[in-house]
Amino acid sequence: MNESDFNPAVVAMRGAHIVSLRDATFAVVSDVNWTVLPGEFWVVAGQQHSGKSDLLMHAAGLMTPARGSCTVFGCDTKDFGEAQIAERLRIGFVFSGGKLFNHLTLAENIALPLRYQKNLSEAEAGGKVQTFLELFELTPFADAVPSSVAVNWRQRAALARALILQPELLLLDNPLDGLGGRHRQWLLDFLNQLWNGHHAFVGLKMTIIVTADDLRPWRDPQKKFAVLDEKIFSIVGSWNSVAESRDQIVKELLAGTDSVTL
Amino acid sequence: MRGNLGKAFDVANTQVFRRAALPKSYTDVVGRLLFRFLLTVQGLGAFALITLGVIVKKFGVSPSVMQPRIRAEISRAGIALMPMFIFIALALGFVVVGQTVSALAKFGQINYLGSTMVIVIVRELGPLLAAMLVLARVGTAHVIELGTARALGEVEALEALGIDPVHYLIVPRVIGTALGIFALTIYLIIGALVSGYLFAFLQDVPLTPGDYFSEITNALTWLDFVLLALKTMAFGFFIAIVTCYHGLAQPLRLEEVSGVAVRAVTQGVVVCVLVDAIFIVLYLLT
Repeated sequence: MNESDFNPAVVAMRGAHIVSLRDATFAVVSDVNWTVLPGEFWVVAGQQHSGKSDLLMHAAGLMTPARGSCTVFGCDTKDFGEAQIAERLRIGFVFSGGKLFNHLTLAENIALPLRYQKNLSEAEAGGKVQTFLELFELTPFADAVPSSVAVNWRQRAALARALILQPELLLLDNPLDGLGGRHRQWLLDFLNQLWNGHHAFVGLKMTIIVTADDLRPWRDPQKKFAVLDEKIFSIVGSWNSVAESRDQIVKELLAGTDSVTL
Repeated sequence: MRGNLGKAFDVANTQVFRRAALPKSYTDVVGRLLFRFLLTVQGLGAFALITLGVIVKKFGVSPSVMQPRIRAEISRAGIALMPMFIFIALALGFVVVGQTVSALAKFGQINYLGSTMVIVIVRELGPLLAAMLVLARVGTAHVIELGTARALGEVEALEALGIDPVHYLIVPRVIGTALGIFALTIYLIIGALVSGYLFAFLQDVPLTPGDYFSEITNALTWLDFVLLALKTMAFGFFIAIVTCYHGLAQPLRLEEVSGVAVRAVTQGVVVCVLVDAIFIVLYLLT
């Protein structure tokens, strides 16, 4: 068996040129070489507009690189279509700010992927949705529309919607953005539980990739770190490498906004 | 953007003709307008074909989610518009039918009543008026809802959940609008003809209800029924395609939604008139 027959990588990018969602001819990050193995927790950090969201959308197969290749679960994302729906549903994606459907309530938002993909009626999906609402402490807001609840709860509902089909790879775009202190801690703890095997997901250990504009909340010796700066994607390694790095951008991302002086 | 929508908008997003540095001249302006028009036609055509393909290919996909959505769209483009259509039918009966009947009676040409009513109300005014009213009431809502959903990134969110946005967002609207206009046109025609007779009766036109309706039924042929059904469905289909296309085309910003709504309604009217012209040719040929 040669190497190409056995490909354990969850996400593999080879010389990938990441393009912008707004303009598919504009490369925001060039020549990305990155391998995400099962069970890894990656934090990709960068300043605003460094291309973090676009990189994450490429890793989810929602966009395809202008050059190079990106494979997810061994399947080239260029081929992602209706026939690859099984592979696509192994990926859960949480957009920055949630991007919930505004014409549906929070409960309907969470139920939608389950109902659509498994052809379930509202009543048939009800039990599982109720379990998820309780798990995410969303029961009081079940019948509220997204615009009437705070971003903290929208973010949780978006996470619940991404998880209801029990994906193996979970990608979150700047999940801590705009969250209050208690909700940030809840989310960090919850993601760590998912990574180590959450009881609600029968102990399945998820592969997780998050983007961030501040590295500090993600401090963990087991996690892996990469940074995006000036169109370049560079892998930093473990938290020790991050702490010891002399790279200016890593220092800025570690300093957060606290270091900004006028 | 991937999948079906990506294919449709590859064409529409061709910016080359808008960006190209050309000398400022009248021919340049006309050329750009012409290219923009051709690109829109091409984009709309591709979008229409893709939507038809999805309707056929995904006919039985996830009925427990799609059927309530289709029912809601039929209700919105049909049942919810009934009160307005009753009012319009009364007005149409008074303005057109009542006056025509009394004028024909005055000149002793009441035997032309049937064919006049069939041409004016059944073939032309009924379907076109119904289409325009649905375009104004429902088409604008399509553009604004889809434009807002696009600007807020909900289309990408659907794709991330493995849901085809054309299937989830467009198909129910197309089916709902097509069936809604079909049903409303029938009610509008019946309402206008009945109220027309009432207004003629009030003007003391010597015509019994039996004579009036037998004149009309004698002038109707089976072709009128077939073409009426096809025409109203075509109106509905194209109104939904034009409004949905403009709602979803290109990565919109929220402030662009109102401008797009205006453009979609204008193009909707033009498309309806073009469809009508095709059916006039069909009537003349048969």
